[in-house]
Amino acid sequence: MSKRVGVEVSIAVADAVKLARAEVISAYPITPQTHIVEHLSDVVANGELDAEYVPVESEHAAMSCCLGASAAGARTFTSSSSQGLSLMSEILYHPGPMRLPVVMVVANRALAAPISIWNDHNDIMVQRDIGWIQTFAENGQEAVDLLLHAYRVAEDPKVSLPFIVNIDGFTLSHVIEPIILPDQEDVDAYIPSFKPHVKLDPKKPVTMGPVGIPEVYTEAKVAHEMALRASKKVIIQGWKEFAGKFGRQYNPIETYRMDDAETVLVTMGSISETAMTAIDAMRDEGQKVGLLRIRLWRPFPGPEFRKAIGKTVKTLAVIDRTISTGASCGPVSAELRSILYKMPGRAPKIFGFVAGLGGRDVTVDTFREIVDKANLYAKKRPTDLYEVIGVREK
Amino acid sequence: MATSDAIIGWKTLPFGCHITEPGSSAKFRTGDWRSQRPVLDKEKCIKCGMCWIFCPDMAYSQTKEGYYEANMEYCKGCGICANECPKGAIQMVEEEV
Amino acid sequence: MIPEFEKFKGFSAKTLPKDEIVAPGHRACQGCGEMLALRMAMKALGKDIIVANATGCMEIVTSPFPQTAWTVPWLHVAFENAATVASGIEAARKVLARKGKIPKKHIDIVAVGGDGATGDIGIQWISGAFERGHDMVYICLDNEAYMNTGVQRSGCTPYGAMTTTTPPGKESFGQVTWKKNVPAIMAAHGIPYVATASPAYYVDLMNKVKKAALVKGPAYVHIYSPCPTGWGSPGEKSIEIARLVVETRVVPLYEVIEGKYILSRKINKPKPVTDYLKTQRRFKHLKEEQLAYIQKRVDEEYDRIVKLSEMD
Repeated sequence: MSKRVGVEVSIAVADAVKLARAEVISAYPITPQTHIVEHLSDVVANGELDAEYVPVESEHAAMSCCLGASAAGARTFTSSSSQGLSLMSEILYHPGPMRLPVVMVVANRALAAPISIWNDHNDIMVQRDIGWIQTFAENGQEAVDLLLHAYRVAEDPKVSLPFIVNIDGFTLSHVIEPIILPDQEDVDAYIPSFKPHVKLDPKKPVTMGPVGIPEVYTEAKVAHEMALRASKKVIIQGWKEFAGKFGRQYNPIETYRMDDAETVLVTMGSISETAMTAIDAMRDEGQKVGLLRIRLWRPFPGPEFRKAIGKTVKTLAVIDRTISTGASCGPVSAELRSILYKMPGRAPKIFGFVAGLGGRDVTVDTFREIVDKANLYAKKRPTDLYEVIGVREK
Repeated sequence: MATSDAIIGWKTLPFGCHITEPGSSAKFRTGDWRSQRPVLDKEKCIKCGMCWIFCPDMAYSQTKEGYYEANMEYCKGCGICANECPKGAIQMVEEEV
Repeated sequence: MIPEFEKFKGFSAKTLPKDEIVAPGHRACQGCGEMLALRMAMKALGKDIIVANATGCMEIVTSPFPQTAWTVPWLHVAFENAATVASGIEAARKVLARKGKIPKKHIDIVAVGGDGATGDIGIQWISGAFERGHDMVYICLDNEAYMNTGVQRSGCTPYGAMTTTTPPGKESFGQVTWKKNVPAIMAAHGIPYVATASPAYYVDLMNKVKKAALVKGPAYVHIYSPCPTGWGSPGEKSIEIARLVVETRVVPLYEVIEGKYILSRKINKPKPVTDYLKTQRRFKHLKEEQLAYIQKRVDEEYDRIVKLSEMD
C-alpha cells in the first residue's frame, strides 16, 4: 500500500527513480542535487535497485555516460544543477535529435558570477533550447509524480525524447514534506519497460550520430522540433493516465482563482505555493487576482495558456527567476509576449518582473508588490522594460 | 552522388537520423579521385597479400587464382600497394583522361 | 599474467581476418595511414563490438549521412567524451545482461579517438573511465596534430614539426615542445594493458588490439598513424614512414602488461632520425641544432623504455 510519509523531497525523488527502475545512473555531485544521487547510490549499494551507478568525473561525463547507456537500450537517470548543468551543455543538445529518452532532474540553482549555491532559474533558462521536454514542479509530491510521468512519456515509442524535471534547489529539494510514494506494482503498470526503436546491438548494426551534411541538417532539426511539439499529446495523455492510476491530475497550465480575475500572476516552480497564499490574502481584501502556473515549459503549451486566460483578465504579471541579460524581458515573459501577440482583441497587458534571484526570498509581500505595480503600470506605462523586484539601488 | 540520397524530407528522415544499413558507404565510388592506377604483373606476383593488408581503401580482394585485385570503384590511387610490394609487381600508371 | 592471453595464439600473416569491419567508399584522403590503422584494428576486433567514436577524421570520413562505412554498431557524440560514452554502453550492457534483457555473450566495447581527442581535449574523460575500471578498449589513432580542422598542433605534435599553428618563422622553428607521452599517462592509471603500435607492423598491431580486447578492464592501444595531407609526405610512403619511425627509434613499440614494460621490437641498429624526418615536409625547415637535439632526445627516450623493460 502506498502511504504518505514525511520525507525530504530529494530523497523522495530518488525513491521515485528507484520505483521507475532506472538501470544506469550516472552523476557528479553538485549542491543542491547531492541528496538525490547520494540516496540513489544507497539504494543501488543495498541491492534495492538493480542498476549500474557510474560515479563519473564531471557533469559532462554524466550526460555522456547516460547518452551511451540510453543508446545501448538502458533506462537512464542523472541529476545536476547550475555550473554542472552548464558544463553538460554541449551534450545536452545530443539526445533530442538522436531520440534518446534520458531523464534528468535539475535542482535549479543560480549561475556564477558571483558564485551562488542558492535557487533561481538561470541554470535551466540557459538550456532553454536543448530540445528536451521540461516540466517544473511546485511541491514535493509533484516532483515525485512528474519524475514518474517523465519516464512514462520520454520512453513512449511515439515520443522517444529526453526529459527534464525541474525542482527548485533548496526551497524544494531540501524541504521535508508529506509525500505519497506509489506502490511498485502501480508504477510498473504505469511505466512499461523501455523498448527503444533502435539501439546499439551487434545483431543489428546501426550508425548513430552521423555527420549532418547541409542537405539533411535542416530536416534533422525540424524532425526533432516536430517530435517535441507532437510530444505534448502524450504528455497530457500521460497525466490523464496518472490521474486514473494515482488520483492526482496534472495539466500543462494550472489555474488558481481565475474566475473574474483581472490581474493575474504567472509563475513557474515552487514559488507558486506562496503565490497562492498571496492570492488568497488579496482576494480576501476584495482584489480580483488570480494565478496561472506553468508546469509544462517545453514544448510550450501556447493554446493551453491562451485558453487559461479568462475573458476578464486585463493584466498579466509574469515572474521570471532569471535575468536574460541584455534582452527586453525574462525568458518566460518573452515566451508569453510572443504567444499572446496574435491573440485577437482581448490580449491582456503583460508586465515582466524578475524575483528570487540567487536564493532571495519570494514572499507573500513580494507578490503583493508585483500585483500593485502591475495594476499601476496598466494605468501608467512603466519606464523600464521589466522590473527587478526588491533590488536595492544604494 | 551520395548527397542526392540525402535529399529527403523531415517526415521521411530515418528515426533519430540513424543509419540502419551497415556499410552503405560502399555505394559511394571513390575511384574517381584517382589520377593513377595500380597494374599488377602476375609474373612477378607471389600472392603474399601485402597490397591487400596495406590498402587504406579496402579496394583489394583475392581472386579465385589467389591474386589480389584492386577494385577500381574504390581505389584512390595512393600507390601504397606498389610501394610496399616486395616483388615490385605493381606499377602505378597514369589514368588517361 | 593475464589469463585471457594464454589461449590467444595471435594472428599471423596467413591468418588475418578477411572481414572488413570498415567498408570501402569512406572519404579518407589518399594514402591515409590513420584509416589503415583503424582498418587493421577493427579487423583484429571482429564483428562482436560496439564502437564509440570521438569527433575527428575517422568519424567524419566514415559517416556522412546517409551513408556509413561501419558494419558494426557505432555511435558518435562529441570530441572529448568517447571513453565516457563507451562507459555508458558498458554499464548498460552489464545491467541489461544481469536483468536478462540482452544475451550474456561478451561484446567488446571500443572507443576510438585521434591524438587531440585522446591526449588533449578528452584526457579527463579517458582518465575517469580508466580509473573506474570499465571493460573497454581505447584506441588512439595518433597522426600528431588536429588534421580534421586543418593541421593545427596538438600535445602529440612532435618537436620541431610545422603545423598551421606552429609555423616556423624568424622567431620559431615549429613545435617547441616534446611530444606528450600519452601511453605513459594511460599506463599510470594502473590499467592492465597499454601498448603502442604502427600499421607497418600489422601483425603486431592486430595482436595488441586483440589482447586489449581480451583483457578484462580498461586497455589502451596507441597507434602511430601517418597523415600524408598533414605531414607533407607522398601518399604511397605512409607504410614506409610507419616503418622508418620504428627503425629510427622515434616511436618504440612496446606493451605495458600489468605495469610491466615489454619491448615488442628491439632496434639494435637504429637508422638516424634524419632518415625519418626527411620523408616529411613538416620537418624540412629544421636546422642541424634541432636535428641533433631530436636525435639525442630520441635516444634518451628509447633507452628509458629499454630500461623500463629490463626492470623486474
